[in-house]
Amino acid sequence: MTTSLLTTDARTKKRNAAEKRFKAYGLGAICIAMVSLVFLLGSVLSSGLGAFQQTYIALDVQLPEARLDKSGTRDLEVMSKVTTIGYAPILRDALVAQVAALGLTTDLSDKDVGKMISKEAAATVRNRVLANPELVGTTVRFDLLASGRIDGYFKGRVTAESAALDQNTSPEALVLAQELKDAGVIETKFNWNFFVLPDASDQRPEAAGLGVAILGSLYMMAVVLCLALPIGVASSIYLEEFAPRNRWTDLIEVNISNLAAVPSIVFGILGLAIFINFMELNQSSPLVGGLVLTLMTLPTIIISTRAALKSVPPSIRDAALGVGASKMQSVFHHVLPLAAPGILTGTIIGLAQALGETAPLLLIGMVAFVREYPAAYTSESGLFGEAATALPVQVYNWTQRSDPAFFERAFAAVITLLVFLLIMNAVAIYLRRKFERRW
Amino acid sequence: MQDNKITARNVQVYYGDNQAIKDVNVDIADKTVTAFIGPSGCGKSTFLRCLNRMNDTIDICRVEGDIRIDGEDIYDPKVDPVQLRAKVGMVFQKPNPFPKSIYDNVAYGPKIHGLARNKAELDEIVEKSLRKAALWNEAKDRLAAPGTGLSGGQQQRLCIARAIATSPEVLLMDEPCSALDPIATAQVEELIDELRQSFSVVIVTHSMQQAARVSQKTAFFHLGNLVEYDETDKIFTNPEDPRTESYISGRIG
Ligand SMILES: Nc1ncnc2c1ncn2[C@@H]1O[C@H](COP(=O)(O)OP(=O)(O)OP(=O)(O)O)[C@@H](O)[C@H]1O
Ligand SMILES: [Mg+2]
Repeated sequence: MTTSLLTTDARTKKRNAAEKRFKAYGLGAICIAMVSLVFLLGSVLSSGLGAFQQTYIALDVQLPEARLDKSGTRDLEVMSKVTTIGYAPILRDALVAQVAALGLTTDLSDKDVGKMISKEAAATVRNRVLANPELVGTTVRFDLLASGRIDGYFKGRVTAESAALDQNTSPEALVLAQELKDAGVIETKFNWNFFVLPDASDQRPEAAGLGVAILGSLYMMAVVLCLALPIGVASSIYLEEFAPRNRWTDLIEVNISNLAAVPSIVFGILGLAIFINFMELNQSSPLVGGLVLTLMTLPTIIISTRAALKSVPPSIRDAALGVGASKMQSVFHHVLPLAAPGILTGTIIGLAQALGETAPLLLIGMVAFVREYPAAYTSESGLFGEAATALPVQVYNWTQRSDPAFFERAFAAVITLLVFLLIMNAVAIYLRRKFERRW
Repeated sequence: MQDNKITARNVQVYYGDNQAIKDVNVDIADKTVTAFIGPSGCGKSTFLRCLNRMNDTIDICRVEGDIRIDGEDIYDPKVDPVQLRAKVGMVFQKPNPFPKSIYDNVAYGPKIHGLARNKAELDEIVEKSLRKAALWNEAKDRLAAPGTGLSGGQQQRLCIARAIATSPEVLLMDEPCSALDPIATAQVEELIDELRQSFSVVIVTHSMQQAARVSQKTAFFHLGNLVEYDETDKIFTNPEDPRTESYISGRIG
């Protein structure tokens, strides 16, 4: 008698059970991955999002001629003799006057009220005045950076308890800040300056920005792209399509695979020895950083390009050769276009790796404190030769500082870095689609 | 009898240490269809690929002996295989259209060899080739569609069109009809017969009927040896070698 198809037999049951178990394992693994991802993103976002907001104090500041331009000539040379130390009391007085005008009472001394304004604010006002000397003698409305403590209070980082132990602020200052906020004098708004300003010193985290780091990273990516992509693709094409198979090419192949696994710090030491000590290029410059990252990225690009070339079916090469195309024509007309999506993906993965790389950059001095925007080119430094820093290095740098406001900014820098990586991956996917649609 | 287009003397082919072709001598006449038959793995494709030096692309493959086309040694170091392959076209065993449009597939060869001076001439070559390959009616409305989107049989005809678009003097066809239905097969056979007017055609086939229908001469390969080579009629009616006889009567293979 034959068995009925309507009842599952023991063997089938066992197989089905095994299949179900396997699916469950897979699902479990994915769930764990998703949960960790959510946790990671959650912690990064909750620690870092604060830095995208910044607290400002809106003040009408009288700019007295007597203190800013005693000569009355509006001569920049004379006016620039007044340093930020000369400006700070003016701002303090403006805030004290504002507090009084609002009818708020506080036990704070004028000096402590002045501490609510960032040390950076005096420099901002001074720059504005020197840029436009006509402002002297008038009253101008400024949005001044609040100090890191006041900023932290509105973001929940600073509380009355922590302020009581803090030399730089006091619980009374926080109360006053709250009152000023209710009066509309203090405002927290989106912090564009975070992406524009350079790094700031330890005492003024509220003024620290990623501008130089972003620019440095972009310069380095430009160097890596311009060097690693053509060199990597050309050498892969040669190795894959033209080179004879012999002991030498085998040796090269093994070495490239090994290079891809070399810890990045080794490339940093190499860069230090070759580019800085031997070739005497500028320390901390995006050029040297880019060269080191190029060395690091090359194996990745070569390996992925070769894989992409290998995956093109040999019958396509035969077809091209069969109609009388030369080797070169078969590669450039047929093989390379088919391999392009793979090459692009590999390149962008390589670039993304390079963008996030920190260790080798520390060795070549890119961790330096840089306040000046690097020029792309000057005749002394050459192309990309001026000191800069880079996004991941800036993260590292900020986590080393004591003020928790820097910690928040470090996480914000991490978010920025992740956004850049996301954009790069999106570009990779877009290009892939675009090239693949042709077939 | 016509002149010999191709003469092969003492040809040996090795894949590494494995000898795939053993001491083959053959004369292929101009303006003739020559069929290669034999059991699978006997070296038909290998020998065919010697004739346009496609074996050069296989690292481990080594060809010895003397192969001449129009009296010129094609393995002479002075010969550029690229020039040779423009003269000796090939249709492969597996259809391998370029992943480009149907038009570009056919136009590629003429383009790289500079056979057309302008777009109109190129269009004409493409149409003529597609017509000859019996694909024009199916493809004329979708010339811009990818060649890889055609059915297997259509792809094979596209490859035939691509090969004849460069007007080769010799056309090597490795089982061109293995993926075709009887109607397309008949069309291709008709094409082969027509091509014979202008070039010499070498065709590998597993179909005895096809060999008998299209070819004037037939070569029977077995285990890398050329067992028998003669007029097609003679091979099929009165073979000399017992192995040939058992193969065509279906006893070995
Ligand atoms: N690329 C290669 N590398 C190594 N050996 C090969 C290669 N190509 C073919 N051979 C060997 O050479 C011999 C002849 O192969 P070939 O492809 O010429 O046979 P064939 O007569 O065309 O067979 P079929 O009718 O199945 O196409 C076979 O034994 C095969 O294993
Ligand atoms: Mg074959």
